[in-house]
Parts: sequence; C-alpha cells; structure tokens
Amino acid sequence: MIQIEYILIISAVMMFAGIFGFLTRRSTLAILLSIELMLNSADLNFAVFNRMLYPNGHEGYFFAIFAIAIAAAESAIAIAIMINIYRKIKGISVDKLEKMKW
Amino acid sequence: MFVILAVVIMLSSVATVVTKSIIRAATYLLFVLLGTAGMYFLMGYTFLGSVQVMVYAGGIIVLYVFAILLTEGAKADPALRKAKDASWGFIVSLVGFLIFLFVLLKQKLFAGLVPALGAPSEPTGTDTTSIDYIGHYMLSTGDGGYLLPFEAVSVLLLACIVAGLLIARKR
Repeated sequence: MIQIEYILIISAVMMFAGIFGFLTRRSTLAILLSIELMLNSADLNFAVFNRMLYPNGHEGYFFAIFAIAIAAAESAIAIAIMINIYRKIKGISVDKLEKMKW
Repeated sequence: MFVILAVVIMLSSVATVVTKSIIRAATYLLFVLLGTAGMYFLMGYTFLGSVQVMVYAGGIIVLYVFAILLTEGAKADPALRKAKDASWGFIVSLVGFLIFLFVLLKQKLFAGLVPALGAPSEPTGTDTTSIDYIGHYMLSTGDGGYLLPFEAVSVLLLACIVAGLLIARKR
C-alpha cells in the first residue's frame, strides 16, 4: 500500500537536494546536474498526481513526457554553451565567469 | 520494492549534490533517474518509464559524461563553495523541506480523496495510458489531444540541434 504522501516526500527530497546543489556547487556542470534533479522530481509529481488523483485521465502523463523532451533539449544546449565557454576561458567554474555578470 | 526504490532515490539524490567529483555526481544522478523509472513502472506507467530510461539514463547522462570529460574531467576541483555559502544553501533547502513536510503532514490534503496504490480500486474502464491510446492522443486534435505540443516539441528539438551545432562549432 503506497500512499501518495510517500511519493511526494521522495520527490521533495529530490527537489530540495537539487536546490541545495544549485545554490552551493561551483562547477556549472554540477549546477546543471542539480537542475536535472529538480526537473525529475517535477516529472515524478506529474505522474503520481495523474495516477492517484485522476486514474482515468492522461494529462499528467503527457506533461511528464513533454517535460522530459524539453529537459533533453535544455541540457543539450547548455552543454554546448559549457563547451564553448571552456574553449574560451579554460574552465567552467562560476567564479571565472564574470564577463556577463552585469 | 517501493522501499528499496525510495531509499535508493533519496540517498543517491543527496549523494549527487554533496560528492566532490563531478563524474561521481553524474553516476549518482544515473541511479536517481533509474530509480524514478522504476517508480513509474511501479505505478503502471510502463511507457513513461521506458522513455525515462531511454532519454534520461541513456541519452542525457551519456551527454553529461562526455561534457565532463571534454571540459574539466574527473579531476577533483573545489566543487563546493566555502563553508559559509554552503551553510546558507543548506539552511534554505532544509527550511523549505521542513515547511513542505509540515504542510503535507499537518493539513492532510489528500485524506479520503485518494485510494492508496495497490488498493483494489484500480482505474475502471479503458486504460488511457496504454501505448495505442498514447499514440492516439499524441496525434489527435480533438478533446484531450496533444498534436500542437507534439509539433511544438518537434520544432524545439530541431532548433536545438541547429543551435547546438552553431554554438559548439569550431571557429
């Protein structure tokens, strides 16, 4: 017997771990990994709300599928930007990225 | 099974953000994503689970590992900030999590509203998440159809391919 609260707590742990990583990591790739954690917890929430609250609907299911597609596109573009930055300044730490700060 | 998946997901997601090496963080993220896929399978959403395994675990993690090795590699950088900044982030996320737990457990938002998973009240009538229904909804313009988002995502992926080539090309 799996209550809805258990899955929500799991996805909240994922979400806040992602927020912690987003606030504290230095490498931009690690920040992107944290963003993936947050997106993944949102997907899990979509699926579980669809499954538990509207078992005959399909909206949350499709939102999760489209969110996965958008996350893939986002990470591909972000990684292209990271590689470009690495070619320019030989590092991807956020401490070195100051050209576009203001 | 649920307990195993839950423990794996929670421990790996915490390990993703506290480990020093980025490539280890990517590996822990892989475990988180596979655990989430297992959770989808447990809910009966097999197509979503396979999409998760294929796109996330198979595609995105490989992309991340390539990017890590192309940039800084596995060398241990000072991945975490100074202790002061890290403690601020920790406090913020811990307070947010505690507020969430308080609201969720105190208010009993779903009391009497949902049957637990695995209870005898399974979805009645047609199963709208079987794969032929998914294809039907994905390409229908009628009620509950998702043709417009489908086309928008395809245009987005095309733009993403072009922009990725354009940004990361050698000058």
